Amino acid sequence: MYETNHTFPPGVIADIQERASEGRYVIRGMGARRRVPMFDDLLLLTASASRYPLEGYRERCETGTVLGTRNASEPVVLEIPITIAGMSFGALSAGAKEALGRAASEVGTSTTTGDGGMTPEERNSSETLVYQCLPSRYGFNPADLRKADAVEVVLGQGAKPGGGGMLLGQKVGSRVASLRTLPEGIDQRSASRHPDWTGPDDLRIKIEEIREVTGHRVPVYIKIGATRVDHDVKLAVAAGADVVVVDGMQGGTAATQEAFIEHTGVPTLAAVRQASDALADLGLTGEVQLVVSGGIRSGADVAKALALGADAVSLGVASLIAMGCNSPTATGPDGEVLDVADDYRRMGTRPGDCHHCHTGLCPVGIATQEADLEARLDPGAAATRIANYLRSMAMEVTMLARACGKSDVHRLEPEDLVALTIEAAAMARVPLAGTSWIPGTTR
Amino acid sequence: MDATVTGAATGTAVGTATGPAIGTATGAEQPPGLRLDLAEVPLREANDALRALPDGARAELLNPAGRHNLAVGLTTACEVTIAGPAGYYCGGLGERASITVDGPAGWGVGENLMSGTVRVRGDASQSVAASAHGGLVVVEGQVSLRAGISLKGGTLAVGGDAGAFCGFMAQAGTILIGGNAGDGLGDSLYEAVIYVAGTVRSLGTDARVEDLADEDVERVKQLVEVCGFDHIDPGNVTRIASARQLYHFATHNHDAY
Repeated sequence: MYETNHTFPPGVIADIQERASEGRYVIRGMGARRRVPMFDDLLLLTASASRYPLEGYRERCETGTVLGTRNASEPVVLEIPITIAGMSFGALSAGAKEALGRAASEVGTSTTTGDGGMTPEERNSSETLVYQCLPSRYGFNPADLRKADAVEVVLGQGAKPGGGGMLLGQKVGSRVASLRTLPEGIDQRSASRHPDWTGPDDLRIKIEEIREVTGHRVPVYIKIGATRVDHDVKLAVAAGADVVVVDGMQGGTAATQEAFIEHTGVPTLAAVRQASDALADLGLTGEVQLVVSGGIRSGADVAKALALGADAVSLGVASLIAMGCNSPTATGPDGEVLDVADDYRRMGTRPGDCHHCHTGLCPVGIATQEADLEARLDPGAAATRIANYLRSMAMEVTMLARACGKSDVHRLEPEDLVALTIEAAAMARVPLAGTSWIPGTTR
Repeated sequence: MDATVTGAATGTAVGTATGPAIGTATGAEQPPGLRLDLAEVPLREANDALRALPDGARAELLNPAGRHNLAVGLTTACEVTIAGPAGYYCGGLGERASITVDGPAGWGVGENLMSGTVRVRGDASQSVAASAHGGLVVVEGQVSLRAGISLKGGTLAVGGDAGAFCGFMAQAGTILIGGNAGDGLGDSLYEAVIYVAGTVRSLGTDARVEDLADEDVERVKQLVEVCGFDHIDPGNVTRIASARQLYHFATHNHDAY
């Protein structure tokens, strides 16, 4: 009889033995794989006798979203509350970045640059482009700053809050190296702290500098990795944020140590409620907008995030999956369907389970800088797939909102939710299903 | 706001409806150019006026009183003098302009400079020339911590001493220190090069002293001439560059991280 060892199961034993053999720890892409309380642990209370539903596929339900109303003369106006998160050219191929921009423009939403700066392809394909100001400042320059529709000062990322970033040498090709002013082929380190400020008082002055350079025209977002959410949101607001972006621990990454991915931060479900409560404490609900990201996959996730107080959500990994990440096929040189299962196998993985963005060997041409692999992604077809996905999500949100009796998705509220587990009820501060009990709040 | 014109305002006024808060001075007793009194003119208005200057134009900011974000984001080859202390990010995110601070400067002076010059005729606080992609930042006095951090191709010249972690993660460009350098000089350098005329308290991780080549001496000589740093002997400086041992992550380097 074999007995299961819960402290040292086979996977842990294999990990220890690999470290001992190779002298290294795991670095990988994607986000947390462990099961944490999530939006699936919430249910929407749609209408019956006590609420009056709107007619599905008939009565209008608004999805329009405006971000950055606090200070900017030109806030970001979106048709749907679903945006594309910052992902770098370098982590992603130029074609993938172009596809994200084209898709976002097609459905009337925004996309976001990433570490490494703004490429012309991305700017030209994106109707509304958020320009990130990251600690590394790779490729950051005033000319591109003035081309931005919003600026996002990045303090952290859900997959690795406080951890900075890395782009392994196999993805630092000549163009990426040039944009980042680094030698080609080195393991590139992205700083974890900004070079010219250290605290919220400094950040306030930094944001004023950005406003001066952009003529006080565009909103300034502050993005945080979800850890001490209440304090961090309040400090971001004190520093002058027009929009606070909170990235939960399920947020993706192109390459990060697994110790970060699985063991730091708090789940998105917990973060969204903490963040919206922080804004409410300040009396700034609706004046400072909240964008939430980290493992958003469906219209149901979006509806629940909005009900908990988000003004919009942001997608990273899900948008890559929509364009073909983890697909068993890609596009061949003549447009034919290419079976790439062997390429996954050579990396020790398979379609549906791949998290090997860090290798630069992406079989579907998304997370790579290899020309022959990049060619496997048709940006036009990829953009269509992402746009289809975004539209389907937006329709799901309106479907659920109508069923809750709302004519605007932004009118979803915590009262529309219950939780399936005690943990989710405590984090989201909504009642456990079938009870009026909110752990930590009611008895 | 009351109209406040410093100098003889005879040129085009760029001001509020109530009067020319910002004027151009052309009197013989004053250098020609725009003069803005920051005791009266709001920062935003002043920066807008500076950004509207054409190539070759001159401007002076009076009573800066340590205000932040002075002369940021300029794009023309104008000359701006700040008559007193400047706060954070003076001249930051700039292109082509020539900015002089007649006094000390706060954090991040010349940060993310793309081209042009920022000269501080005093001491400067932390993160001077942070992430500067191009151009020249000159500090005639001393600089505090992390000067030249994340430098991306710009040039930083310091007449006096530099605080700890000067050149931290500097990627490209040149740093010249006319005095002594503090702890951790050149920590985690990439391809930037640092020259020190005085002593080095300690080197940072992966930084090393290298032999001085003729081209180094020539480079320092040119900088000394441009900056007016006569106290520096170009042939008698120490060259610090990256040992390039940490360009690839490896657990056997854990003592260095």
